[in-house]
Amino acid sequence: MTQQPAWRGPALAAAFPLLALVAWHFATSGRAYSLIPPPWEVWLELRDLAVGGIYDDAFSETLGTHALASMSRAYGGFGLAALVALPLGMLIGRVEIIRAMLDPTLQLLRPVPVTAWLPLAMIVFGLGPRSAFFLVFLGAFYPILINTIFGVRSVEPRLFEAAAMLGVSPSATFAKVVLPASLPSIFTGLRLGLGLSWVVIVVGEMTGVQTGLGAIIMEARQLSRTDIVICGMAVIGVLGFASDKLIMLFGQWLLRWSPQHG
Amino acid sequence: MVEPILDVKNVTKRFAFNNETVTALANANLTIQKGEFVCLIGPSGCGKSTLLRMVAGFETASEGELLMWTKPVQGPGPDRGMVFQDYGLFPWLTVTKNIGFGPAARGRPAKEVKETARRFVEMVGLTRFADAFPHQLSGGMKQRVAIARVLANEAEVVLMDEPFGALDAMTRERLQAELLEIWEAQKLTVLFVTHAIEEAIVLADRVVVMSPGPGRIVADERIDIPRPRDPTSPEFNELRRRLSGLLAGHH
Repeated sequence: MTQQPAWRGPALAAAFPLLALVAWHFATSGRAYSLIPPPWEVWLELRDLAVGGIYDDAFSETLGTHALASMSRAYGGFGLAALVALPLGMLIGRVEIIRAMLDPTLQLLRPVPVTAWLPLAMIVFGLGPRSAFFLVFLGAFYPILINTIFGVRSVEPRLFEAAAMLGVSPSATFAKVVLPASLPSIFTGLRLGLGLSWVVIVVGEMTGVQTGLGAIIMEARQLSRTDIVICGMAVIGVLGFASDKLIMLFGQWLLRWSPQHG
Repeated sequence: MVEPILDVKNVTKRFAFNNETVTALANANLTIQKGEFVCLIGPSGCGKSTLLRMVAGFETASEGELLMWTKPVQGPGPDRGMVFQDYGLFPWLTVTKNIGFGPAARGRPAKEVKETARRFVEMVGLTRFADAFPHQLSGGMKQRVAIARVLANEAEVVLMDEPFGALDAMTRERLQAELLEIWEAQKLTVLFVTHAIEEAIVLADRVVVMSPGPGRIVADERIDIPRPRDPTSPEFNELRRRLSGLLAGHH
């Protein structure tokens, strides 16, 4: 096989979006009544949203605030979900009586989509960021829980025997064997949960929240500022991509021993 | 007479299987002296692995008793190290950490664990791979790690369940030679399960022949051929013929 040049991957990855951008440009620019703004206008708006100095309207220089608000809710909800789902999943996975008590209920609630919780969340937590936070929590909770349960339950039995004959006491087995052996599954759950947090935060912020990327998209929609809507979408995409890359790097380091990850 | 290190007395093991009781091992008697290398040989279903797993403490006897230094075996313990055919290494630990796992688990000071691990990594010739993870090793190297980790844990008896069964012929021969070297140098007691007659004759002081349906011990042969043993020599072949006969006669 011939060696591929180093630029081949990035070049191929960039080719498609560049083509799409060109198509977008020719489909929209120069038309007076286009409902979708051309890429150049969106780029100007994005700069104005971020640093101001172009239009100086109500939206100028607000991007940082909105992005920060969304990120803090997404990571906050995700963190809280991990804090609850990790220990709960380990208990359900390893303790028979807790599994018998909680697992059926949790499985019954699982098919209910996060968005279906929205009306209830608004009643319980009120209109505002706390509802959004709750939805993120719920969205991230299940992937983390399910994968943690799966991880701690599918430890190779041989490893328990190996640990026992090497002198690991039953009480130390969890920390010495179960936890490290289930890390790949747990990590998968965390990654899925984080991805869902981003999806859910935008939905959550579309319901009467003042700040956040979801809120700015909704507000811009009502004002027919499609350029801002597209900016919001682009920022969500980039931030979500970056946060997934970060957790992947962390996973590659954490699971460097695993042939499927490292 | 000297106290045996292992004493298996009238041990029977029954399993419940599909509402039926299956006798995996009937009335087994076996005494092993410290320093002996004993091979258990027999076709599948003869109870050789069951016997080994009971000595390890992974299974309990339905009848009879298993003694180590006259005390009943109660569960697995570091005095009886086990080497599995599928290695059973901890995939998240490096070679060094796998070998130091036992001493660390038993609360030895970190400095001592490190020194012990280093010594046994060197003994099995894996110094270059000290920081590698199990998935980066060949089967032979993995089994060296598995042997080193029970030795690093000061196992008095090493129990081996077809440890070289998954390895290619050349690696198997080399590991057999290395195992004999270690056994002699460390004055180990080894109980080794195999279904290969030749492997048993190359390694053992005593070959215990077992037979299925129900699993039982049918012969206990002492091998006096000096080591290293040549598989092409007449006395080796004579023994091979006799053991084959014993194995075939009880099908």
